[in-house]
Amino acid sequence: MTKEIIKIEDLKRQFTMGTETVHALRGISFDIKEGEFVTIMGSSGSGKSTMLNILGCLDQPTSGIYEIDGVSVKDLSRNELATIRNEKIGFIFQSYNLLARTSAIENVELPLLYNSKVSSEERRKRAIEALEKVGLGERLHHTPSQLSGGQQQRVAIARSLVNNPVMILADEATGNLDTRTSYEIMSLFQELNKQGITITFVTHEPDIATFSSRTIVLKDGDIMQDYKNDNIQSAANELAKLPKQDD
Amino acid sequence: MRLLNVFKIATKAIVLNKTRTLLTMLGIIIGVASVIAMLAIGEGSKESIRTSISAMGSNMITIKAGADTRGGVRQEASVMESLTLSDYEAIKSQSTLISYSSPVVEGRGQVINGSNNWPSSIYGVNPEYLNIKVVGLQSGSMFTDAEVQTASKVAVIGQTVVDNVFPDGQEPVGQMIRFNNIPFKVIGVLEEKGENTFGQDQDDVVIAPYTTVQKRILAIDHLNQIMASAVNEEEAPNAVIEVSKILREQHQLTDSDTDDFTVRSMEELISTFSSTSEMLTILLVAVASISLLIGGIGIMNIMYVSVKERTKEIGLRMAVGAKGADILMQFLIEAILISITGGVLGVLLGLGSTVFIEKFLNWPTSVALYSIVISFAVCAVTGIFFGWYPARKASALDPITALRYE
Repeated sequence: MTKEIIKIEDLKRQFTMGTETVHALRGISFDIKEGEFVTIMGSSGSGKSTMLNILGCLDQPTSGIYEIDGVSVKDLSRNELATIRNEKIGFIFQSYNLLARTSAIENVELPLLYNSKVSSEERRKRAIEALEKVGLGERLHHTPSQLSGGQQQRVAIARSLVNNPVMILADEATGNLDTRTSYEIMSLFQELNKQGITITFVTHEPDIATFSSRTIVLKDGDIMQDYKNDNIQSAANELAKLPKQDD
Repeated sequence: MRLLNVFKIATKAIVLNKTRTLLTMLGIIIGVASVIAMLAIGEGSKESIRTSISAMGSNMITIKAGADTRGGVRQEASVMESLTLSDYEAIKSQSTLISYSSPVVEGRGQVINGSNNWPSSIYGVNPEYLNIKVVGLQSGSMFTDAEVQTASKVAVIGQTVVDNVFPDGQEPVGQMIRFNNIPFKVIGVLEEKGENTFGQDQDDVVIAPYTTVQKRILAIDHLNQIMASAVNEEEAPNAVIEVSKILREQHQLTDSDTDDFTVRSMEELISTFSSTSEMLTILLVAVASISLLIGGIGIMNIMYVSVKERTKEIGLRMAVGAKGADILMQFLIEAILISITGGVLGVLLGLGSTVFIEKFLNWPTSVALYSIVISFAVCAVTGIFFGWYPARKASALDPITALRYE
């Protein structure tokens, strides 16, 4: 039996907006196993962002159980949450969120700077490996302004890989990219997933879901659908089908 | 290890954002430099005003024989012969608040040069007299202590005497004049001083060694006065007390005896001096406070804004695992480095512009150590606090809120 990376049981999250209480998540339960590629879908207001924040240990549930890699997140302090984010999760954002005027390699090293167990030699070595994995081995010293959107997102992916997380958490990671570049990025995700990396991808684009092995659809704070994808599309194939660009 | 990493992060952030760093530092540099320069100008003006007042002889102390009663008749002070050379020597050797002192004997008589003559006063003094009166020489030189010892017949004369006994524009230095038929060699001419506040012509004088005047003109061995100058205006009243004490001992007066001498200082000038000083000090404090306040507000603004605009960066750092303390430490280190570097550069710029003002604008300046210390301290503390405070607020935010901050 494969290991459970994420275990969620009856998870609820409420916000108080003035006098009203908003139920963003109304008791959700699901597991994510090691090696899965899960897309969490839903329109705006479905609770998808709240789900992402809780999965990323950026936010705490109001009630229910959330365990990541066997650690119960509830009742952890801010500092302990920071350590979990640092060691177990790799973040990828829609707007890349790279440090400006900072070289690719230094951007990738960032999470390791906050981990005192990693020496500076190892940090550099792992950053180079991560950048090579995403195909940017030639652009170690380029700054974000010298890279295209797709390349910047690859740097962000390398940054999410560098701490060897148990799960990569992507928030609309292709939202700012054109179709061709987003397929390139998706095929990179699929490749990483084949190497055994667990990926959770939050998106509202249905075609992205076809590249994943499982899709969870949220609506109004509840799970509407949770299905295995028997017909996983290859992003590399889709990319090949796109009309050639004349550049 | 972790702190070292945070230190590296902070220095990297400073170096990578040169423009932001420079602008932030500029606020501190200008703040510190302007305070130092303003205060240097202020202190310089204060010094020069004090010097001008001092040049009026405001620290002068006059010791005269006191009035006495003989057979029921009050006697004029000058009749008394109670002030002697040993009193002068006692004051000179025992007093700690006196910088210059001179015995004074005076007489009136006729100055004669050939067919020209003029009635004038002769003052027998020692070479320190010129320092006490704060008067310089227009030409020639002052007599020396050796000439005092040997009672040489040499004299320094004032401009009025020159005008009257050398009417045809002859150079007086080196000429012989006679005072009450005693020949004197003119060795110097005093700078013109004009009239004093009582309408006395201060240039109508002949100055000669007191020994010469005592022996050859007045035939006395007591002194008419002792003149002295206190080390500074503030000490003048204390110097009066000290000199009185010395003289009481010298004259062997018991506690029941009244003083047989009078010691006076230039009280009016001293009070002008101290009130001017006080006013200038208040002015300076006001200028310094306003400069510091404005500098401080500038630093506050730029630090606050430059940290605030990095909220998103703070969010990202927290998302990838930075703890609140790491963020705070990073921004604190950045603020300290920027503030200290800016402060040091500000001190250098302040000193540089002070030299410039002095050299090229010919303004008197005087750099006060306190201005360096205070401006540096205030600017550094303001810079550090307003670098730290918004960072503390940002690090207390939820990482998501910080990430979404625009």
